[in-house]
Amino acid sequence: MSFEPRIVGFLCNWCSYTGADLAGTARMKYAPNVMTVRVMCSGRVDPGFVLDSFRAGADGVLVCGCHFGDCHYVEGNHKCMRRIAITKRILKGMGIQPERLRLEWVSASEGARFQEVVNSFTEEIRGLGPMRLKEWAFVPEQVEAAAAAHGE
Amino acid sequence: MAKPKLAIYWAASCGGCDIAILDIEAKILEVADFFDLVFWPCAMDFKYDDVRKMQAKEITLTLFNGAIRSDENYEIAKLLRDKSVVLCAFGSCASEGCIPGLANFTDKQTIMDYVYKTSPSLEPGNGVVPQPETKVAEGTLHIPNLWNTVRTLPQVVDVDYIIPGCPPQSNQIAAVIDAVVDILKNGKPLPPKGTVLGASDKCCCDECKRQRNVKKIKKFIRPFEIVTDPEVCLMEQGMVCLGPATRSGCGAKCVAAGVPCRGCYGLPSNIRDQGAKMASALASVIDSIDEAEIEKILDTVADPLGTFYRFSLPASLLRRVQQ
Repeated sequence: MSFEPRIVGFLCNWCSYTGADLAGTARMKYAPNVMTVRVMCSGRVDPGFVLDSFRAGADGVLVCGCHFGDCHYVEGNHKCMRRIAITKRILKGMGIQPERLRLEWVSASEGARFQEVVNSFTEEIRGLGPMRLKEWAFVPEQVEAAAAAHGE
Repeated sequence: MAKPKLAIYWAASCGGCDIAILDIEAKILEVADFFDLVFWPCAMDFKYDDVRKMQAKEITLTLFNGAIRSDENYEIAKLLRDKSVVLCAFGSCASEGCIPGLANFTDKQTIMDYVYKTSPSLEPGNGVVPQPETKVAEGTLHIPNLWNTVRTLPQVVDVDYIIPGCPPQSNQIAAVIDAVVDILKNGKPLPPKGTVLGASDKCCCDECKRQRNVKKIKKFIRPFEIVTDPEVCLMEQGMVCLGPATRSGCGAKCVAAGVPCRGCYGLPSNIRDQGAKMASALASVIDSIDEAEIEKILDTVADPLGTFYRFSLPASLLRRVQQ
């Protein structure tokens, strides 16, 4: 079976979610791989959300917010940008390709841009392949089996 | 009435937790008086076989310190779970991995190679590496297998309560002992399973007496680089202080002494990943909206992952470095 990337998309309520909505109402076709989560602001996206997504089986995480100067909360997107920068460092340190996390600015009128972002990110993740976390590390019942199989 | 039985065990730990128990001073006499101490390898000579011979649930309370990183740690964790009514993860190692948990940034082979082959303090020419089995005249000797991944106690067995801290503060240990005695003597109800004892729910900043103003950081510094202002928030002065992502309960002693919080009390109750939360807090105080400048400022954080996850890597969302 071919690999279909699973991508979690955090979209800010005021710009990017509306932009995605516009792409939908304008019937633009784009890759169905992004599962969207509406957040009030891209500044709400905690690095923990990103790690949790990967932990839950995401192959990529997309964060979209307002362009600079457009943030409904003035500087939420500034904080978002800094959080993504530091989260990429965490990912890299934990042995996960930082390219699996992408930050894009999409305004409410940029339906076409949302389409383009989703398509290109999906292709990029398809190229990177599935994310393989060491599943057994998370399941207590599998400790014994893991210890036997991997000398863990 | 027979005395309630108490066991204290160390797995992958430094022994600091055992010392912290002795730090409760005269109260230790009360402990010895009230409890029948049946197992405490750090302090007295006990054998595993003594514990194996016990009935199931014979021990009233077990304080288990240390992370799980070998077959022996795991075996004794399971054994003590069977023999204890209440099993308590005592200290940072047992509850979230702590310093031994930093081994999850690398793997077993790398650690063994460094320690026994390339470390500069090795005697030249002495390439002895411990083997799981050694044949001697009397028979075969076994040493427990070291795991590739360090785990926390709640990840391998069912744990009733957690006492955080590296080590737990002695006043908090004394308070927990008082509570236990109260429960056993006066029939007070047990707290709900999974309760974190000897700490509070808020973050370390809540206990910190330093002044807090707006934080705008252009460069992070390490404690030795400046003489700290005794009144002002350490993060405001540019230090990476884990206070915002750490549970309170310690009394904010480090920050009061001018040393930034290192995060040993673990994550507060509403957080799932201490390192990620710290990263989030750090990103908020960086004073720049220029991508290149942000990267430059982040470069000034010494060993970011080791700092953010110093005490909680095995309990974090990703558990260990993925290959």
